[in-house]
Amino acid sequence: MKEIGLEMDLEAQEKVELCRSVPADLQMSYIQGTDLFGYVGIEAVLDQMRRKTIKAGLEFNIMVVGQSGLGKSTLVNTLFKSKVSRKSCTPNYEEKISKTVKLHSVSHVIEEKGVKMKLTVIDTPGFGDQINNDNCWDPIVKHINEQYEKYLREEININRKRRIPDSRVHCCIYFLPATGHRLRPIDVEFMKRLGKIVSIVPVIAKADTLTIEERHEFKERIREDLTVNGIDVYPQREYDEDPEERVLNDRIRESLPFAVVGTDKEHQVNGNKVLGRKTKWGIIEVENVAHCEFANLRDLLIRSHLQDLKDVTHDVHYETYRVRRLNESNPPLISHLPAYPARPITMTE
Amino acid sequence: MLKPKVLSTGRDNRVRPLSLAGHVGFDSLPDQLVNKSICQGFCFNILCIGETGIGKSTLMDTLFNTNFENFESSHFEPQVKLRAQTYDLQESNVRLRLTVVNTVGFGDQMNKQESYQPVVDYIDRQFESYLQEELKIKRSLHNYHDSRVHACLYFISPSGHSLKSLDLVTMKKLDSKVNIIPVIAKADTISKSELHKFKIKIMSELVSNGVQIYQFPLDDETVAKVNTTMNGHLPFAVVGSTEEVSVGNKMVKARQYPWGVVQVENESHCDFVKLREMLICVNMEDLREQTHTRHYELYRRCKLEEMGFKDTGPECKPVSLQQTYEAKRQEFLVELQKREDEMRQMFVQRVKEKESELKEAERELQSRFEQLKRLHADEKSALEEKKRLLDDDQSSFGKRRAAAQLLQAQSLTANGKKDKDRKK
Repeated sequence: MKEIGLEMDLEAQEKVELCRSVPADLQMSYIQGTDLFGYVGIEAVLDQMRRKTIKAGLEFNIMVVGQSGLGKSTLVNTLFKSKVSRKSCTPNYEEKISKTVKLHSVSHVIEEKGVKMKLTVIDTPGFGDQINNDNCWDPIVKHINEQYEKYLREEININRKRRIPDSRVHCCIYFLPATGHRLRPIDVEFMKRLGKIVSIVPVIAKADTLTIEERHEFKERIREDLTVNGIDVYPQREYDEDPEERVLNDRIRESLPFAVVGTDKEHQVNGNKVLGRKTKWGIIEVENVAHCEFANLRDLLIRSHLQDLKDVTHDVHYETYRVRRLNESNPPLISHLPAYPARPITMTE
Repeated sequence: MLKPKVLSTGRDNRVRPLSLAGHVGFDSLPDQLVNKSICQGFCFNILCIGETGIGKSTLMDTLFNTNFENFESSHFEPQVKLRAQTYDLQESNVRLRLTVVNTVGFGDQMNKQESYQPVVDYIDRQFESYLQEELKIKRSLHNYHDSRVHACLYFISPSGHSLKSLDLVTMKKLDSKVNIIPVIAKADTISKSELHKFKIKIMSELVSNGVQIYQFPLDDETVAKVNTTMNGHLPFAVVGSTEEVSVGNKMVKARQYPWGVVQVENESHCDFVKLREMLICVNMEDLREQTHTRHYELYRRCKLEEMGFKDTGPECKPVSLQQTYEAKRQEFLVELQKREDEMRQMFVQRVKEKESELKEAERELQSRFEQLKRLHADEKSALEEKKRLLDDDQSSFGKRRAAAQLLQAQSLTANGKKDKDRKK
């Protein structure tokens, strides 16, 4: 997580580390910039890496949060072009408003061009649906932390698995209703709390109720609100690694949150089959960038930043959790240990 | 208010495959990963073990087509040392940080019993520093310069007979710590038929001694075939050279002899190309993976078990690392406290002793003073007595003298009268 200018410093630091005091039987030296006189074949390692990744398979865990009726399940189905979530597909499904916030996760294995991915979608029915929504984010926070805890415990084991199963939430899509005004208190509270532990991607749901101008204004106000409340959404500014990435991410940040429309029905437009919502006044093409920003969201999440989402979760959020966890003194853990001498021990942390 | 609760379904049991209705696009994920790695750069560490002068540095130069700074080592090193050099190489857009570790003085000593120890220590040290980094609370593993040895090229000298006992012992010690790839060095001194016999002999000796060398992986179909063939050619007979000789109309890397030219990159002359293929082009990533998942995990497991950590407690209940760590910490602190108390007690005791000693001395001094004083008083009184006696004597003598004088005076006057009387 550094820029190129800092990278030089880091390299210098590494150089110093390499030439640090070493035991007497070891001599070390550091040379840079040796030129190759001919072909060696180092770049074949990229291919090897690609093959190994494909063989190992990928895991991706995505969580969708929002009030019921905002189109979460439909959007997920549209994103992954398959019936990931059964809700929107069964014709007579009546969604009952649940009395509590439950987390419902479903896993599927999808394959594309030889690349297998285990996709887990965690749904949160009941969020924001009660009359009193105090602390409705608690089960969600608990679930996310539980996944980190699971991973941590597995990592700390003496005999650990070759590949630790990764159930940590890589991305959380937060659905904002298209009110056209500003962020609501529940939105602010939720994003403030969760922005610290997971990568949040806010989207404006059912954006076909806003005109383009209304959409722009809404987005601006939302962005303002986010800055005012100190909420950091993905892609976070501080994790940009180099200027190129910064430029790319700046462009993304300027168009956040994405205004999306989801559907899984296809219609004919100009002789092509497109995914769209048919209304009396026209067909809203989901994948048309002029109509809604679904394609941008899909590109961000899947085509360009999928690996980055996983990396930020692993290198930043998980590490933060780990630091916090290892720093806590845990009386409940120690109480299971055999009796120790009754002498009071004064220890300072 | 109803308290919200979590109900997560057992998703590990319900993973079913799903078919996609269109192009989603996550097949670009390997490319995303590769791009990221390109930005970060790769790390590769090779350890070369072999006797002095066997051609380790030359082979490295030839392998990576570059001129590493090398200098000849003497044969008179008192013990085996290791020399590590790190280079930043770049080929098209791939940056590689290559560390080459050479042994210096291997096989030169008279007593070679401890020759393998510095090597094993070095490898363990690299694992240790990685383990330390991994166990830190605030760690930065993605920035960490991985110095663990990924591949070990063991140079066998081309005797044509069999492996030396030093080779066997060293390889046996290293096979569980690093991926060993044995190579026959200076292969231009062996003829083809001898080479064939030599290779078979070496492999059978390795097998019979239970040495596990690195086998090229066969699980990936794209490379399984070529890897199987290569596995059959182990150990590779290599020739290294950085000098170029013109053969035909090209300049090739070769060694020129009066009886011919040994071309390094000619597959019928030596196995150099095979080694380069296997080491770099096909299996570099696998070597790194094996080092991390097999050798490093083994080291980590042994090290943590040695320190007393367990995964399951005495009643077979899972014990977390943190619990054990806390337990150890408590133990340690208790121990410290005990020691501190002991020391304090000892200190107090010593002080007491010293105090009593001093008191004793003081008392002694006091008594001696008294004694002396008494002595002095005694003497003084004795002297006074003497003086008094003397005075008495003197006074009595004075009296006696006075009496005697008086008597004499009296007697004189009496004699004078008598004389006067006679005269009359």
